[in-house]
Amino acid sequence: MAEKLVGQDIAPPDLRAKITGRAKYAEDFRVDGMLFAKLLLSPMPHCRVRRIDASAALAMDGVFGILTADDVPAVDAPGEACLTNEPHYEGEPILAVAAVDETTAADAIEAIKIDFEPLPFVLNPLDSLRPNGPNARLDGNTRVGREIATIKWTEEDFANAPEGTMPMGEAGAEWNVGDVEAGFAAADLIIDETMTHQSLTHHPLEPRSTMAYWQNGKLFMHTSTQSLARTRAAVAGRLSMDIEDVVLVGEFCGGGFGSKISGSTHMIIPAVLSQKINRPVMMRINRYEETYIGRARPGFQAQIKIGFRADGRITAMDMYILNDGGPYGGSGDNMSAGSTASLTYTPLNQRHRGVGVYTNTPPKAAQRGPGGAQIIGMLEPLMDKAARELGIDRLEIRRINAPDPDVAYGPRGSTLTSVFVKEAIDKGAEMFGWDDRIARSGERNGSKVTGIGMGVSPYTAGSSGFDGLLVIRADGRVYIHQGIGNLGTHSIADTARAAADVLGVVWEDVEVVWGDSSKHVPWSSVQAGSQTTFAHTRANHAVGTAAKRLLQEIAARDLGGSPGDYDTADGRVFRRSSPSTGMSFARAATRAMELGGRYSGEEVDDDLNDMTKAAAAGLAGQGLVAAAKDNYPREGGVQSWVVGFAEVELDVETGVVDVVHYTAVSDCGTILHPRSLGGQIFGGSIQGMGIARSQKWVFDPVWGVSFAKRLYTARPPGMLDVPIDMQWAAVEIPDPQSPVGAKGIGEPCVGAGSAALTSAIADALGGKCLCRTPLTADVLLAEIEGRPPAYGPLDLHV
Amino acid sequence: MSDVEIIGTPERRVTRRTFIMGVIATGATTSSVGYLFRGSKPLLGATAVQGSVERLVTLSVNGQQRRVDVLKQETLAMTLRYKLGLTGTKLGCDRAECGACTVLIDGVPSYACSVLTQTVRGQEITTIEGLESADGTLHPVQQAVMDEGGFQCAFCAPGFIMSMVAMVEANPTPTKEEAAHALSGNLCRCADYNKILTSAMRAAEYSRQQA
Repeated sequence: MAEKLVGQDIAPPDLRAKITGRAKYAEDFRVDGMLFAKLLLSPMPHCRVRRIDASAALAMDGVFGILTADDVPAVDAPGEACLTNEPHYEGEPILAVAAVDETTAADAIEAIKIDFEPLPFVLNPLDSLRPNGPNARLDGNTRVGREIATIKWTEEDFANAPEGTMPMGEAGAEWNVGDVEAGFAAADLIIDETMTHQSLTHHPLEPRSTMAYWQNGKLFMHTSTQSLARTRAAVAGRLSMDIEDVVLVGEFCGGGFGSKISGSTHMIIPAVLSQKINRPVMMRINRYEETYIGRARPGFQAQIKIGFRADGRITAMDMYILNDGGPYGGSGDNMSAGSTASLTYTPLNQRHRGVGVYTNTPPKAAQRGPGGAQIIGMLEPLMDKAARELGIDRLEIRRINAPDPDVAYGPRGSTLTSVFVKEAIDKGAEMFGWDDRIARSGERNGSKVTGIGMGVSPYTAGSSGFDGLLVIRADGRVYIHQGIGNLGTHSIADTARAAADVLGVVWEDVEVVWGDSSKHVPWSSVQAGSQTTFAHTRANHAVGTAAKRLLQEIAARDLGGSPGDYDTADGRVFRRSSPSTGMSFARAATRAMELGGRYSGEEVDDDLNDMTKAAAAGLAGQGLVAAAKDNYPREGGVQSWVVGFAEVELDVETGVVDVVHYTAVSDCGTILHPRSLGGQIFGGSIQGMGIARSQKWVFDPVWGVSFAKRLYTARPPGMLDVPIDMQWAAVEIPDPQSPVGAKGIGEPCVGAGSAALTSAIADALGGKCLCRTPLTADVLLAEIEGRPPAYGPLDLHV
Repeated sequence: MSDVEIIGTPERRVTRRTFIMGVIATGATTSSVGYLFRGSKPLLGATAVQGSVERLVTLSVNGQQRRVDVLKQETLAMTLRYKLGLTGTKLGCDRAECGACTVLIDGVPSYACSVLTQTVRGQEITTIEGLESADGTLHPVQQAVMDEGGFQCAFCAPGFIMSMVAMVEANPTPTKEEAAHALSGNLCRCADYNKILTSAMRAAEYSRQQA
């Protein structure tokens, strides 16, 4: 019997291609006659295009065509079209030009004259809520329910807010659990803070380049996407095409972090341009352009009030959060922040209010732990503050408020498949050496002060109901087809192990098929929200089980007995009572082809998605073909946890923070691939550290244009910014509602990393929460030196 | 939207025209967007257009002499990727911020996006494609990355691996801190730094064994 694959360190099958330079990402493809597109980007944060004079550009040698907003599919407000005549942020694409090479295309762009009419703009939510504040859109500044609306707070709302606090007028959305006023009345300690969280660009290392061409009415697209099956569907949807007429190739994706869930918005440009001029078009996106169109996490302006009993239990939590929504919405982070806080701290009473305000800043999208990562980084230093004032251990106050497995949280009393956060806190405390380290909190060594912090962070970690598809071919090998994407999480291979383990095959006999829709892939979850580990170990477990049943039936038919008498292992199906009676997978595959029907994919279950049915039809007759939908029961949502612990040294002379050590422990169920899990936990945590310390936007308030357009100004963490000394572990308690027991992990790490640092830095400042991120050296130095704060409490994009 | 007036229709003349105008246009463009390139004629199936003053040079790439037409303002990254078909060298930022385009020039790690091709004639250029032996044997650094389970999205991997090759050459016995410094010119947005550092230490070990 082959050793179980789940839980082993196995290098992913695409690694050799990645480290030899053979792996082809979107921009690495070339086809005959390929042209290059360049974009003309809006120079203003909000304007109307009145007149485009492209005559000089189009007369240039080597220029083949232009694509404007009038050429591309219209999108209903407040949606985002790929090109527009009313740009809503600096850098929004207005038109594209195709030419023989990129320089000529750029020359042509420079030669285009546009008559712009400037329109009012706004950069942060609060300014748009002022009585006479500008709106980011002509049709409103927010959305109430599904309608675009305008919310303006009154002079009185602003006058009522004490100096330095956030005014709180009419909310766009609100929910209540219990009686928040009664909760505060029962509290022994109330903390009330005005807080700001920055907006920040995703910045995957590979910009979102796409190459497209058409052949015989079919669109062929090479692109960078987190998801394959679902991106194909999104592209087909945007172009109103039959999904079978879109061939999508995305074998490798150079990172996404939520910015390329489908990423379909701008993929449409080379597709339509190619169709218009009848030539293949490569749209290479560079870092400068990626900063504008590459999506961002929305920042918050917030007022947060929490009531604690003397024993540390939270009696009431009242948050009001404004969301920097960008011009098209696309995120509800301020509201998911409320339910994440409800789950993490289980307040006895809670009110959550928010307005998602449109702004003329780059579009927002989910970024790894959307809403959750922000709020955990903001709230954990407040938990520390309460612990200090109440004389409770800072770790203990989190444990006191942490949920049990039977938690019902959020506005609708949501339940979960499993919760083992207390186990993660305990394990982390032991590994980190909490008691020893906390004793050194505030210790001064020369100019450096030690700070100790921790962050407890949950986030969504699974969905269900997707399809699995595999073929056992006459060579006896198992070909597991994956419709998810390949953005570096290794899930294309790791979730396939679930099917292989059911069949009992060694990894060498497994071939993972992914990244190209013409290779017949099943309907899959988006590779986002940390869904795939849970969703596709289930789907692959289901299809492995279906394939095993077909093998058992074939064996019983040929060798006698009933299917239940047979088992599979080591590439054979054999009789349990006499293991020498059986046949190889290769033989069974040949028999399946002879038998046809449901053995070789000619007939499949009716509950499968149409994409899976089409894929199975494409594979029919090529071996034993199994397709199955994940029909395993599930009650409640799926969430994973990461508890992060950090020790930092704050240099009081320079304001520089050095992260000396980091420990993280996860509750993410069964471990599929230990080394990869460690990579996710550390990588996500370090992204969180970038939020806490360095990454930000800076906008010119007068002209509404960005100063932080590149990596060095946005400052994601480099190798010298992170501790060399890091450790991770997992509680390894399987999720009871999955046959494999594994939950996702990508999202919750970010909040843990961010919060461990905001908490540790506050500790190094003697327990002072500065209530904003990022905590850059100038912010810290102003506090250390007793100067006025570098920025006002509600200043965003500074 | 449809009330926008759009003037102009594309002309597909590919004859060489006003040379002087072209030079001016290219100069103006280069000053604002210095990351651009012109494609080679065979690749694009079109005659070169204005401002293209290509010059035939010989480059030594991965041990081979490669003759290629390059522009004065062309970067090595563009020559490698678009003219020599060596797409393993990645462009992450076009401007010396991320290190994805790192190649070795006479053994020294360099950002290919910020090196003009015409300045490296006569020097030995090594790219990620040049590490593996003809028989498929991986370079010790690649083998180390393989054995440690490698990168996540791996868009940064070719650049990091080239920096590791230079590192083990210059310092085969690095401490973790020294390795981190040697690799600090490369950015990994998946932030898989821990695994990269472990790979680098193993790479140094393999290189010592081989030496």
